[in-house]
Amino acid sequence: MPPDPARSIELVLAVPTERDPWWRTVARWETALVVCLVAALAFGSETQHFMSSTTIFYIGLNMGEIAIMALPVTLIVITGEIDLSVASMLGLSSTLLGYLYLHGVPIGFAIVIVIVVGAAGGALNGVLITRLGLPSIAVTIGTLTLFRGIAEVILGARSVTNFPASLTKIGVVPIPHTQFAYSLGFFAVLVVIFIVVLHATPVGRSIYAIGLQSEAAHFSGIRVKRIKFRLYVLSGLVCSCAGVLWTLKLASARFDTGAGLELNVVAIVLFGGVSIFGGRGTIFGVVIAAATLGVIQQALTLRNIDAQVRNIVTGVLLLISVVLPNLIEGVRRIRSSARNRRQPQHNPEHEPGPFNGPSSIPNAFPQSNATAPPLSATTTKG
Amino acid sequence: MVNTQHSRKKNVAVAAVLLALTAASCSSSSKTTSSTTAASTATTATPGGAATTTPAGGTSGSGSAAIKKGLTVYFIPKDTQNPYEVLADGGGTAALAELGGKVIVSSGTEDTAAAQIPSIQAAIQAKADAIVIAGNDPDALCPSLAQAQAAGIKVIAFDSDVSCPDHLFINQANTEQIGTSEVDLLAKEINSTGEIAILSAAATATNQNAWIDFMKKQLTKYPNMKLVDTVYGNDDPATSLTVLQGLLSAHPNLKGIISPTTVGISTAAQYLSTHKNIKVTLTGLGLPSQMKPYVKDGTVTAFELWNPKDLGYLAGYAAAALASGVYTLTDGATFTGGKLGSYKLSMPSGTKEATIILGPPQVFDASNIDQFNF
Repeated sequence: MPPDPARSIELVLAVPTERDPWWRTVARWETALVVCLVAALAFGSETQHFMSSTTIFYIGLNMGEIAIMALPVTLIVITGEIDLSVASMLGLSSTLLGYLYLHGVPIGFAIVIVIVVGAAGGALNGVLITRLGLPSIAVTIGTLTLFRGIAEVILGARSVTNFPASLTKIGVVPIPHTQFAYSLGFFAVLVVIFIVVLHATPVGRSIYAIGLQSEAAHFSGIRVKRIKFRLYVLSGLVCSCAGVLWTLKLASARFDTGAGLELNVVAIVLFGGVSIFGGRGTIFGVVIAAATLGVIQQALTLRNIDAQVRNIVTGVLLLISVVLPNLIEGVRRIRSSARNRRQPQHNPEHEPGPFNGPSSIPNAFPQSNATAPPLSATTTKG
Repeated sequence: MVNTQHSRKKNVAVAAVLLALTAASCSSSSKTTSSTTAASTATTATPGGAATTTPAGGTSGSGSAAIKKGLTVYFIPKDTQNPYEVLADGGGTAALAELGGKVIVSSGTEDTAAAQIPSIQAAIQAKADAIVIAGNDPDALCPSLAQAQAAGIKVIAFDSDVSCPDHLFINQANTEQIGTSEVDLLAKEINSTGEIAILSAAATATNQNAWIDFMKKQLTKYPNMKLVDTVYGNDDPATSLTVLQGLLSAHPNLKGIISPTTVGISTAAQYLSTHKNIKVTLTGLGLPSQMKPYVKDGTVTAFELWNPKDLGYLAGYAAAALASGVYTLTDGATFTGGKLGSYKLSMPSGTKEATIILGPPQVFDASNIDQFNF
């Protein structure tokens, strides 16, 4: 079953003919996020004790692992899938590290095993989703429970604590001569790699293409299943690294380590402007989103604002991040349909829907960032 | 095909957004009951046993006169909504108000170590004098608390202990006192005669078994009371109900039940209140908020728990005294806990586990239950 040819043509043609109006550039989500971050910093600077170098350390310490897990999830969400098992993978990795260390495995070797198991867990997700064609949300909710369950079997109610102090210092001191927590340093390295891969390689363009139109991507030669599979393996691998960092940071391993963090991860990814419908989003946006949330949470905690209010702030930001882009899209459609009425060439298939429905997919192209080229130009390497 | 693809995407989208929103806002539900069990498990940490409370009046040389004014104490409960913890924090606030200092209550909405760490950091940045914390995790908080101690902040744990070195633990009640006082309470109600049974939590629960051991010891003082059975409800209402029904049918002459767990006693009270023909006296450890209707309708005469307000109050005084350097963490050190009187610190030699015990548990009955809402 070939994809609708009219739509494919529209896909290709949509990009060069339509120039972004000035207000669209300004209204880019990333721009809004930068404004948010500046506002959050301004708010923070008004807070007593906020303007100290330890604030940077603490934000890195608190947000590091969450931000790390958000990176692979960003790629997965851009392909139109999701991974909710990330925090359970962090917990399983923490537990396994504790168990291995408790049983005399040298810590370095234990970390290697943990990361291999993490990749294997990601591969399990990948196989179930790409080979068996199961919906990713169901599969990863399943492995969310499965990984946590295995963790509980491994350690039970015990906790492992006596990790070498030379490693657990990452939870107490920043990287020497800086105020960056070690997990933040690891995050920074990953960010560079992810930006290059997503925004400057054929693989990155394929990821966008899959998210925009999986079928079209497939027929233009992109190895959709293979790329998705590899992204899940990557997710497992990165999350197990986050698990190791988390364990050493807290100097303890327990089966319930990091329970519930998957929701924070998804929150950051969405707040970062990654479209949950796939095909849209940038690493930059996710980085700014993580920084903004980190700054806001730290400032609110320092001001001793109630934890419930802190949750409300996060919730409202998240709602805005979901509602606003759709609203802008809706306004744009109304305007473009008005333009269509003025011009006689009315495309019957192009009925205006107020919100991101299926028919909005072709138009997602100009909205995605500039590095996503028309599909016809996409390299067919898988 | 294209359409199914889209609808699937949409399902994923809707579900993910819902989940994410849950993360942001709803993470706080179902927390009201969490610390009842947590509170009862916390007492496992009681070392040795010797009661260290001394009667009020004999104020030692190091009185409240030497306490510094303007102290800032961070109270970090397990989470910010738990009614039990709110009362305890209120006690701490009252204590610091008496001493001319202030309490800042800070925590998250989830009962995790990660949710408490930002509050510890805030205390460090605000240059607090002391931290009073109910640990969500005995170990994972230690790196952060060590940072606080390095910054000169005194660390006190209450309600639920942490495993870190050089801190003081305010224990809500002594294991022996809980065991013996519950037997005494029941004996008073059934005239020290008849068959009795225990409805416990898990068979492996350290604190439950320690209390039951002291109950058995205390029962030797009541020759006409006979412990016929101990059953385990695993702190699960359904299981507790099943084992309770089995207990009642196996022992038709049963006169009394002690349930030293909040889940067990509330389940049993609910059953007995709807089966008025069963004449069994029930007591144990319960939450006033859960037990209020059963005390009002006469199902339960009296039950026990420690007073969380006093616990927080004592922790506040201990924090202020430590931060003022009035006393240090040495075995036998004494300080005055305001209206609660003088307390002696116990630190068994060779250990670093400095502990103060609040005192005997509080008895709740029709005369005072309205004053407690946790």
